[in-house]
Amino acid sequence: MRLFHNYHYIASMLLFCIGLYTVIVRRNIIKKLIGLNIMETSVFLFLISLGYLDGGIAPIGIGGADPSRMVNPLPQALILTGIVVAVSVTALALALVILLYRQYGTLDVDRLFRDEETGGEEGEEKGETA
Amino acid sequence: MGTALNLTFIVLLVVTALLAVLARDLLAAVIIFSAYSLIMALMWQRLQAPDLALTEAAVGAGVTTVLFVVAIFKTRRREEEEE
Repeated sequence: MRLFHNYHYIASMLLFCIGLYTVIVRRNIIKKLIGLNIMETSVFLFLISLGYLDGGIAPIGIGGADPSRMVNPLPQALILTGIVVAVSVTALALALVILLYRQYGTLDVDRLFRDEETGGEEGEEKGETA
Repeated sequence: MGTALNLTFIVLLVVTALLAVLARDLLAAVIIFSAYSLIMALMWQRLQAPDLALTEAAVGAGVTTVLFVVAIFKTRRREEEEE
C-alpha cells in the first residue's frame, strides 16, 4: 500500500495533467489562464506534501510545542511567496488579455493568429481610433 | 478519519478542476475555480500549513476571482464556437 500512502503526489499529478490539458487544448485565453492557475496550485500541493509528516503539527513555536513533531516549515515559506507570484502573473496576463481583446476583438487563439497573418493592419487602425 | 477527509478533499479538487475546465460559460468557470481555491485552502489547513490556508483563502479565492470577473466583463463572456 505504499502507492496509496503517497496519494497527495497522485492528486497533484492529476491536477497538473488537467491544467496542462487546458493550457494546450483549449482555445480561449481566459480558459488557458484558469488551467495555468490549476497547474500552479498542483505544484504547490506537491511541494507542501513533500514537507508533511503523518501526525505532524503546524510549525508554530508557541506554548512549548514539540519541534520534533512539526512539519517542515521551509516549503511553506517558499510556497507563500509562490502564491503571491502566481497572483501577480495572473493579473499581468489578464491585463494583456484585455489589451488583446481591444486590438483584435476576439479571445480565440486560432482567430488571433489568423488575424495577425491576414488583417493585422485593420486591427491596428481600429485600435488606434478606439 | 484524517485520511478519509484528505481523500474527500482531493476528490473534490479533481472534480472542481474538471468542471472549471469543461464549463462553456467563462463566468461559471471562474466561480467554480473560486470554489477550487477554497477547497485548496482547506487542504492546506489539513496539511498543517495555516499561513498558506489564510493566504490562499484571501488571495486565491478573493483577489484572483475579482481579477478574472473584471477581465471577463471587459471582454466577452461566452467561449467562441467552432467555425
